[in-house]
Amino acid sequence: MKRAMIAIVFFAALVGIWQLAVASGRWSPVLLPSPLSVLDYLWSAVRDGSLLEASLVTLRRLAVGYAIGVILGLPLGLLSATSQYAQDTLGSLALGLQTLPSVCWVPLALLWFGQSEGAMLFVVVMGTMWSVVIATETGAKTIPPIYARAARTMGSEGLHKWTRVILPASLPFLVSGMKQGWAFAWRSLMAAEIFVTILSGFGLGQLLHYGRELNAMDQVIGVMLVIVAIGLIADKLIFAPIENFLHERWGTGLRGA
Amino acid sequence: MNDMLMPSEIVAERPAKLVVEGVTKWFRTPRTTVLALDNLSLTLAPGEFICLVGPSGCGKSTLLDIIAGLTKADAGRVLVDDQLVAGPGRHRLVMFQESALFPWLNVFGNVMFGLKLRPDLTAEQRRQIAREHLQLVGLEKFADANVHELSGGMKQRVALARALAPDPRTLLMDEPMASLDALTREQLYADIQQIWESRRKTIIFVTHNVREAVCLGDRVILMTGSPGRVREEFAISLPRPRDINSVALAEYAQRITVALKDYMSSEVAE
Repeated sequence: MKRAMIAIVFFAALVGIWQLAVASGRWSPVLLPSPLSVLDYLWSAVRDGSLLEASLVTLRRLAVGYAIGVILGLPLGLLSATSQYAQDTLGSLALGLQTLPSVCWVPLALLWFGQSEGAMLFVVVMGTMWSVVIATETGAKTIPPIYARAARTMGSEGLHKWTRVILPASLPFLVSGMKQGWAFAWRSLMAAEIFVTILSGFGLGQLLHYGRELNAMDQVIGVMLVIVAIGLIADKLIFAPIENFLHERWGTGLRGA
Repeated sequence: MNDMLMPSEIVAERPAKLVVEGVTKWFRTPRTTVLALDNLSLTLAPGEFICLVGPSGCGKSTLLDIIAGLTKADAGRVLVDDQLVAGPGRHRLVMFQESALFPWLNVFGNVMFGLKLRPDLTAEQRRQIAREHLQLVGLEKFADANVHELSGGMKQRVALARALAPDPRTLLMDEPMASLDALTREQLYADIQQIWESRRKTIIFVTHNVREAVCLGDRVILMTGSPGRVREEFAISLPRPRDINSVALAEYAQRITVALKDYMSSEVAE
């Protein structure tokens, strides 16, 4: 309860400062709309359905791209952690491509796939996969070898060893890899949506882009708020419970230390 | 202990006869090659408890790994009940130095791990055996606890329960007390002796603590390193249960320690 109160006061104070800045009159309302006008935009966009539709389009792209990125990235990361050859080749490739800002994939995607969902998906997968590979590889390499040895003495070999020992032992790193992948997927999708204008669906990034074209600053800020909110909600609803469970099982984490 | 069904009533594997014949192991690094075990032989009668004692790096843990089947010897062989050891097997379970418990499983899950690899048991039998073994080590109340919530001594008790539950014929213990405090160790000496009396496993216990070895073993086997060799054997004829603080035990330990020091100083002289 106390934590919720502190958070509410903090965010209310932020909005208050914003309102004060608007009220000071130093900036044109075109460049700095008031919180109320942003709220007004959000409300109208909710009512005419454009915001919900854009969110759904974006979330669908995100879910598909992220899922592909994780499904490809996790096994490649584990492979890279267990085989020296895979690390020298695949690991180096992942490290190199991971440093490439995902927006850099956009020109290539546009030339390869044209103004299509495929281009969008490609950018998201490229943005997600390599960071998942790196995070998983780093994590899996720190698993104490004694777990696998103990498991072997008890008769755990092959597939059983992978599914019952290596995989659960690397869970904390897999989750941090997936979380990192999520952050990258979200960023790349926004980059892709702003740059790739397609007719097959109008996402949040495009909504943001047209806000700029129309000089509708209330729309720009409103959509940004929605993007931030979706990121926060995904973290709280999907990753926080998993991380809490892991911290409790493993006895890790700083809180309570 | 209470009146519930005890493990021996469900599972009763007889202890194994263990023969180590001329085992030799080299460790190769890019710079040097070290002879870790030099033509080492050892025979354990079924149900015998022996302690391997020696300084760090004398190859005792390597020998244990070879017997467990985790490491291959360069020469020689290990026979369990006249069967050649080719790899790890559930009849030779290892209790490791540091706690090798799995942090992703709770206490009960850890004890169940080896049991789940026994297709001959039903799910209910497995749970029953796991419960009994937690009871055997006095941790039945901690079945649902997470591993990190246990003290060092409790962790090693769980590790003991995990190693005993699948009913191996041989138990290999690799310095299981090394990280525990003295009081916890004393309690565990008593427990291990009691459990060994009731469950009769062939046990190899590796340690660098001579008193610990005298307290637990039927025989104490003295090893020295570079290359790892068996130097001398001491049969310990003290009555059980033994108290690590008893005078008679201290005298044995004294004799063995002197012998160990002699071997080590003569090695330095060489």
